[in-house]
Amino acid sequence: MKRKLHELAHARAGDKGDTLTLALICYRREDYPLLREQVTAAAVKRHLGHLVQGDVRRHEVPNLHALQFVCERALDTGVTTSLALDPHGKTLSYALLEMVIDA
Amino acid sequence: MRIGAGSGFQGDRLEPAVILASQGELDYLVLECLAERTIAAAQLRKLADPAAGFDPLLETRLRTLLPLAVRHGFRIVTNMGAADPLGAARKVISLGSELGLRIKVAALSGDDVLSQLEPAMRTIEARGAPLSEYGALVSANAYFGAEQMLPALANGADVVITGRVADPSLFVAPMAHAFHWKLDDWERLGRGTAIGHLLECAGQVTGGYFAEPGLKDVPNLAQLGFPWCDVDADGNGVLGKVAGTGGAITLRTVKEQLLYEVTDPGGYITPDVVADFTTVSLRETGPDRVAISGAGGRPRTATYKVSVGYRAGFVGEGEISYAGAKAVERARLAGEIVRERLREDVPDLRIDLIGIDSAHRTDFGHAHAPYEVRLRVAARTASRALAERVGAEVEALWINGPAGGGGVRRYAQERIGVVSLLLERSRVRPQVTLLQEDRETQAA
Repeated sequence: MKRKLHELAHARAGDKGDTLTLALICYRREDYPLLREQVTAAAVKRHLGHLVQGDVRRHEVPNLHALQFVCERALDTGVTTSLALDPHGKTLSYALLEMVIDA
Repeated sequence: MRIGAGSGFQGDRLEPAVILASQGELDYLVLECLAERTIAAAQLRKLADPAAGFDPLLETRLRTLLPLAVRHGFRIVTNMGAADPLGAARKVISLGSELGLRIKVAALSGDDVLSQLEPAMRTIEARGAPLSEYGALVSANAYFGAEQMLPALANGADVVITGRVADPSLFVAPMAHAFHWKLDDWERLGRGTAIGHLLECAGQVTGGYFAEPGLKDVPNLAQLGFPWCDVDADGNGVLGKVAGTGGAITLRTVKEQLLYEVTDPGGYITPDVVADFTTVSLRETGPDRVAISGAGGRPRTATYKVSVGYRAGFVGEGEISYAGAKAVERARLAGEIVRERLREDVPDLRIDLIGIDSAHRTDFGHAHAPYEVRLRVAARTASRALAERVGAEVEALWINGPAGGGGVRRYAQERIGVVSLLLERSRVRPQVTLLQEDRETQAA
């Protein structure tokens, strides 16, 4: 069955220069293995490839039932020089939650 | 000891801090008001007016909070010194005199390292380009840690005012002072850093920036309460807030904040320590109470991170709305007209349709025709005049563009870019100045 991440997890975006961080946190701890298997760094790079010019790294944070994605060159040069309406990329947590996985 | 967070950014609300200060039974109130962008802006203000280098809201915030600090016996720690901590401290002394309060203030300065920079120094941004590739430098501020603030606390300052300090360190300093932590006690510094990181954005851990109706409901966000943490001598703590305030402290709000802006959860670098959040344990101990323990720590790095501001040209923007039949088509046509008219002079142009693709640059297949849409054109330019032209071209669509465009807004601003580099600690000289009504001295 195809499911949106929005049904399974909540997310928070953060910025450091031109780097976007996306925390993906399971609502239920039992979904963590599924997300860990399906929401790989490569899958997130595919999903957000039109925004993220650089690499996507993934950190596993099992104590929080969370995955932390670090996306390089994702903020059009960074908050103070970006042309984006949302230069921090704060809305991008919900872009990640649009991703569809097999669940 | 109890530390409260009374501000999470430069323009944050004052009244939750007043509630926390009045009813929170605090030992310390920390006001975090300085972002990367904010300090560069402060340096520019100072260039134009030497008396304008500190936070413009300093007087407003402290006029209210200072009497509460004296009455309830808590100390204030803040980075509102921005580009001029000493000037800010003098302002607070004179404010104290005016209010009839005898207070001691300490200023931590020395974070301004602009004179130390050399064009060949490499930035730590993805490409590692040297500073010489960026525009004219306007600011360079080293991130100080708890260690550099400790003399201020040891000398009994009621108010500690800093410039650039790593946000979590603003909270770690009072902990290290109160519990006499050694500065190589990496475990405790790591735990304190986790707590500082949770508190530094104030309302973002009490349910702010979290709510989604239906799935993630948060009560009474209009009266969002700000957090405190009761910290023990080992650096573990319990988060809480004043009863009756809005918001919520739950495992979910705390998890989101713990990972906020963290590029490596196993190695979160501050001037004090390299903290490890992957061993953190969280537990709800009551309504709006979450206990945090178990963060780890490793030896700190040999360098300070330095945030460098440079002149990055200008950005011009214009917006105009279309509604009703063929709104999207009319907005697209308008965008094409502006692009064509600016093609020669302003090639670095971005066109958004607000309501369709401005935030995520795609609608991920949610194809639908909105009733109304707003065209936004933005461009980087070398001069203010060209930046003004971007908005002018959008404004001209009123008369010369597609039918039914309205609600034009236009902006043109100079931009200060920010890059970072690392500087040996020995090259930076922190300085603590102690101020009372009648004298100023340097702390050893």
